[in-house]
Amino acid sequence: MARVVVDVMLKPEILDPQGQAVQRALPRLGFDGIADVRQGKRFELEVEGPVDQAALDRIHKMAETFLANTVIEDFTVCLETEKAEA
Amino acid sequence: MTTRIGVVTFPGTLDDRDSLRAVRLAGAEPVSLWHRDKDLHQVDAVVLAGGFSYGDYLRAGAISRFSPVMETIIEQAKGGMPVLGICNGFQVLTEAHLLPGAMLRNNHLHFICREQKLRVENAGGAWTGDYEAGQEISIPLKNMDGRYTADERTLDELEAEGRVAFRYLDGNPNGSLRDIAGITNAAGNVLGLMPHPEHAVEPLIGTGRTDGLPFFTSVLKKLVSA
Repeated sequence: MARVVVDVMLKPEILDPQGQAVQRALPRLGFDGIADVRQGKRFELEVEGPVDQAALDRIHKMAETFLANTVIEDFTVCLETEKAEA
Repeated sequence: MTTRIGVVTFPGTLDDRDSLRAVRLAGAEPVSLWHRDKDLHQVDAVVLAGGFSYGDYLRAGAISRFSPVMETIIEQAKGGMPVLGICNGFQVLTEAHLLPGAMLRNNHLHFICREQKLRVENAGGAWTGDYEAGQEISIPLKNMDGRYTADERTLDELEAEGRVAFRYLDGNPNGSLRDIAGITNAAGNVLGLMPHPEHAVEPLIGTGRTDGLPFFTSVLKKLVSA
């Protein structure tokens, strides 16, 4: 079954206090050199049948109406291709 | 004929009981509405109560917005039926696009629960007629995702059209833009606000103030005179 990934991120102009809290915790844990952190959501969709343009269009619509709130969030839709496990 | 005001229960709603009680104390007939039932049972107005509907999964209010009861509520709200969204109900109203903007996590990341002072900015809506513009009230506030956000153009529009109904006083509790605590739609029949008027309707409980009761008496008067 093919997998389509929808990534949802807060728009750049929206304050992300959760990301800031993660960023501030990093130096305390000894992880230096991270200037900024923004936290988002990743949805992995297992798609039945072929992932053609029509299927991708449906997923785009789904992301726009439900998975993301486009007032505050941007999203990307990406077909995951087979790759060797690292 | 008595005025019937419905209160919706979603899985995870917490304040439906208090809202039903506030409706009764205001003199209307409270009607419980169930999220899976599209039928509004001839109610004249609807309250979307606070809580964590569907566990706030995905985003607060995002899943509730697609429940069967909301289909009918959205349709009727567009036709002028008064709808009050409190806290999680406000979040549902923004997700349903009945109100503009969106709710985000409090800027300090803490759940907040306290008495909150508000200024009534506009008393012209269906739920605010018993207040006076400029009046200061104090009602409980308790939320995690209360930071009201919209783009600058939307905010300017809301201000220009007098649709900012309530603003926080004496400190912004969650980082909401322009200290906004509650807004209405253009027609004034749909109101969303973060603090909880239904918890401030009896002198015996809370801080002994009944500053929240006028929300419910306002809509009753409005419906009776209609």
